[in-house]
Amino acid sequence: MPANAFNGFSDYGIGIGLRIPHYRHILEKKPVVDWFEIISENFMVDGGRPLEVLDRVLEQYRVVQHGVSMYFGSADPPDREHLKRLRTLVRRTKTPWLSDHLCWGSVDGRFTHDLLPMPYTFAAAKHTAEKIRQVRDFTETPVCVENVSSYAEFHASEMTEWEFLSEVVEAADCGILLDVNNIYVSSKNHNFDPYEYLNNIPAHRVGQIHIAGHSKFKKYILDTHDHPVLDPVWKLYAHATRLAGVTATLLEWDDRIPSFEEVHGEALKANRFIHALEAVATP
Amino acid sequence: MAGALFRPLTSGNRMQPGTDASFIKPNDRLTSFERLEIYNRQYWFRILGCFYEDYPGLRAVLGDSKFERLARAYLAKYPSASFTLRNLGGRLEKFLAEEPQWAAPRQALALDMARFEWAQIVAFDGEARPVVEIDSLLGSDPAKLRLALQPYLSFLALDHPVDDCVLALKKAALRGEASNAVEASPKSGTRRAMPLPKREKIYVAVHRHDNGLYYKRLEPEAYHILTALRGGAFLEDACAEALASAPAGDWAEVVRKWFENWRQLGWFCVQ
Ligand SMILES: [Fe+2]
Repeated sequence: MPANAFNGFSDYGIGIGLRIPHYRHILEKKPVVDWFEIISENFMVDGGRPLEVLDRVLEQYRVVQHGVSMYFGSADPPDREHLKRLRTLVRRTKTPWLSDHLCWGSVDGRFTHDLLPMPYTFAAAKHTAEKIRQVRDFTETPVCVENVSSYAEFHASEMTEWEFLSEVVEAADCGILLDVNNIYVSSKNHNFDPYEYLNNIPAHRVGQIHIAGHSKFKKYILDTHDHPVLDPVWKLYAHATRLAGVTATLLEWDDRIPSFEEVHGEALKANRFIHALEAVATP
Repeated sequence: MAGALFRPLTSGNRMQPGTDASFIKPNDRLTSFERLEIYNRQYWFRILGCFYEDYPGLRAVLGDSKFERLARAYLAKYPSASFTLRNLGGRLEKFLAEEPQWAAPRQALALDMARFEWAQIVAFDGEARPVVEIDSLLGSDPAKLRLALQPYLSFLALDHPVDDCVLALKKAALRGEASNAVEASPKSGTRRAMPLPKREKIYVAVHRHDNGLYYKRLEPEAYHILTALRGGAFLEDACAEALASAPAGDWAEVVRKWFENWRQLGWFCVQ
């Protein structure tokens, strides 16, 4: 049973990112993993080793695509060639949903390769929602949009980040990839209450959750994905699953990547919260 | 915001003084300028880091500090124009031809290395088309036959044996990994690992086989045949022109063996 309308994959379980240092372990040892998240762009190539590895992974595992370059918030319309490449990959992986970020990152054909925060305006929300619809329609795949972590806010903003996220997903009628680590990082950088954020987004649209580690600096927190998940982030995760129901969950660990077992073990800690929730749900 | 992001950092890796950050809200810990600077620095560190990984050979040719100056100048002139960082070096050859001073006094060697390293990126994940069955060509008139070559292949005529240099670097890196010493001193490590090569004309194909990356030295005549074929020449013309100034000998047998080898490697593909 889906926990909510956008979460047709509540029982997808706990996944981890497919990362190069783990390729050999995965292909040789074939460990039991609920699913892998791939960075779409790493496989939107014409040939060679990346696609060979992907095909071998697909023989054994479920794969969900996560993008980093659609830039729903950039002013340029989606590039058709890019969309075609994405659709080709969607057909290869049969991903049940697609995700990318609520951010911008390119301007006039120049790419920053960063996930940049947007001014939270009604005009930006409308434009972003339109772009999400275009991607969903072209790929014929449900889309979840992910909140990013940020280090700056704009004077031009007309609303809070959670109001903006809600505005966009309602207008696009799409799902949310809720990154609770990003909410935590931004809450510290911008002095807001992360629980207020969680309590004020449409929880029934949460289709996937990201958890990750971060790094603390003197004056700000950086979203580095190079640590185990910290306690306050687990607490937010628990709260998010109470609001949205059991949801497909993914641990992001992208830098200083430890062994496969360590990453997977860290991800499986999410089960504590999922089981606690299931125990409450079943009388 | 974009204007500020792409703006080069100062020599101390800070955002340039005077950059307009007035559209960013300050908070209780950081000014508008400092908040924008996080993104400016993040942008440059990310693309420089990626470029650094892609060009170990060029780095060894120039040394780390000259390489970094070149990288900053190149990426300021040609910022990424692709959704993927894989294409970051796509215009480096053009840049080195336009502004060779960044590689002085090793312009020629740097250009050879840049071309060779880009060819490896192409060979790694470039397109592979279905291999053409030679049987299907039997009976074709070589005067009217065109053979297509796999898009992932590059054929290079170079003035330095950079293939040997890169192999030496890779071996040194493996030794370093085995002894866990890479982190200790990457700068001196890369420089000592590769003695600078003397001028020597070489012809080399950069290709892949079973999805592994390979370099293959070519005879000059073989190189000329392959580049002519890639340029769309008919088979007969490609061979005739390549062999026009070749020394006398039994070329028919030699060329037949080359083609047999290239066929086995899967280099000929459908148009
Ligand atoms: Fe995330």
